[in-house]
Amino acid sequence: MLPTPSTSHVCFDRVYEPAEDSFLLLDTISAPSEAAFLHDRFEHPPHHGPCSTPPLVLEVGVGSGVVLAFVAANAGKIFGREDVLTLGVDINSFACDAASKTVQNAIKTGSRSTFLDIVNGDLASSIRPHSIDVFIFNPPYVPAELPDFSRHNDYNAPRPGQKPTSFEQDSYLLELSYAGGVDGMEVTNRMLEQIPDILDPSRGVAYLLLCAQNKPEAVKQDIRNWGHGWKAETVGTSGKQAGWEKLQIVRIWRSTA
Amino acid sequence: MKLLTLNFLTCAVKTCKTSASSFPLHPRDSELEIVEAEINVQFLQNILPRLMWEELGGLVNELGLPSLPPTAPLPSALVESKLQAPESDTTGLNIEKLEVPSQVARDLHRVLLETCIMSGGLVCGNCGHEYKVLEGVANFLLPAHLV
Ligand SMILES: C[S@@+](CC[C@H](N)C(=O)[O-])C[C@H]1O[C@@H](n2cnc3c(N)ncnc32)[C@H](O)[C@@H]1O
Ligand SMILES: [Zn+2]
Repeated sequence: MLPTPSTSHVCFDRVYEPAEDSFLLLDTISAPSEAAFLHDRFEHPPHHGPCSTPPLVLEVGVGSGVVLAFVAANAGKIFGREDVLTLGVDINSFACDAASKTVQNAIKTGSRSTFLDIVNGDLASSIRPHSIDVFIFNPPYVPAELPDFSRHNDYNAPRPGQKPTSFEQDSYLLELSYAGGVDGMEVTNRMLEQIPDILDPSRGVAYLLLCAQNKPEAVKQDIRNWGHGWKAETVGTSGKQAGWEKLQIVRIWRSTA
Repeated sequence: MKLLTLNFLTCAVKTCKTSASSFPLHPRDSELEIVEAEINVQFLQNILPRLMWEELGGLVNELGLPSLPPTAPLPSALVESKLQAPESDTTGLNIEKLEVPSQVARDLHRVLLETCIMSGGLVCGNCGHEYKVLEGVANFLLPAHLV
């Protein structure tokens, strides 16, 4: 078991606190079978073919930053190479600040990976096409009405001259972290549309967390129906209840062979 | 935000993605700060093929920083060897050849990883939208009418 990065500096009143879903992502990505897949895909120097460049890892919805920090701190073990780049996005500016500290603390000692930045944005809309090698998303997946985005500008930053945040502001920011609309899939569906455009066409791979209410079998089938060799498989599960997995991690990638 | 990050970002407006002028974003009224970081020559050597060299050079000029060379350096230009006796050798006779970061590597490291935009704007060359940078964090959220 690799150590979990510290998030003790984060105030969880307005930033998602690491939970079972976060830990399932950590466990899945660092499990021997997944590490073997990633080593093979990103090994350096490669057995054959040209020298491969440092992989760029993007996490959308970083929250506290626990997942991205884990990847940054354990890059050598996960990818078989240390020269990995990490980049994060969150719609919540408080999460951006929190995650940036979490990642920087986690790589202070002993890691040779390179942390870029956390940007405040909507999904991967600001990412240069086809530049991402590893994509990670633990979305707002609970079937619950989406929050009213018209308040976003007011609530996304500390209010000048006032107490850091109000109760309504904090509730709104936490709603952003779990509420996923119909079937808990509204945000994830928008993200899935962007995935083929942001991933590197040959070595890109995405990890997506789904819960049982998201209808994961149908989601995976939809991805396979993209054609062009796109694949989707469950590579990690947790919370088995009466034969149902509560949470799962789906790996999305293209096999060109 | 680090200048290397701008190598991977573009305008968030969907219709700008297909236009070459949406990359790179152009810094406006930037306040820069040097945040020192440990140099990793191997990383620099490996990242070279991923850099949009010409565009980065343009960015550096727009920021008024010392110009990058017109073409990307070869990985071998990032190291130089230095003849030196190891510290443990008190006689000073056992001279060894050590590989150290070259000036080219140190300059590149400074530009890509230590030069940070702390505040200002990032402007799309296609639609003209300006994204704000505040306290080192860029805000790419679009007003509803642009989404
Ligand atoms: C379930 S939390 C996951 C947090 C963290 N990655 C973890 O695993 O602990 C979902 C995160 O996604 C962010 N988020 C929600 N909608 C988003 C959007 N449209 N674009 C970017 N981030 C978003 C939320 O602010 C929240 O931090
Ligand atoms: Zn634009």
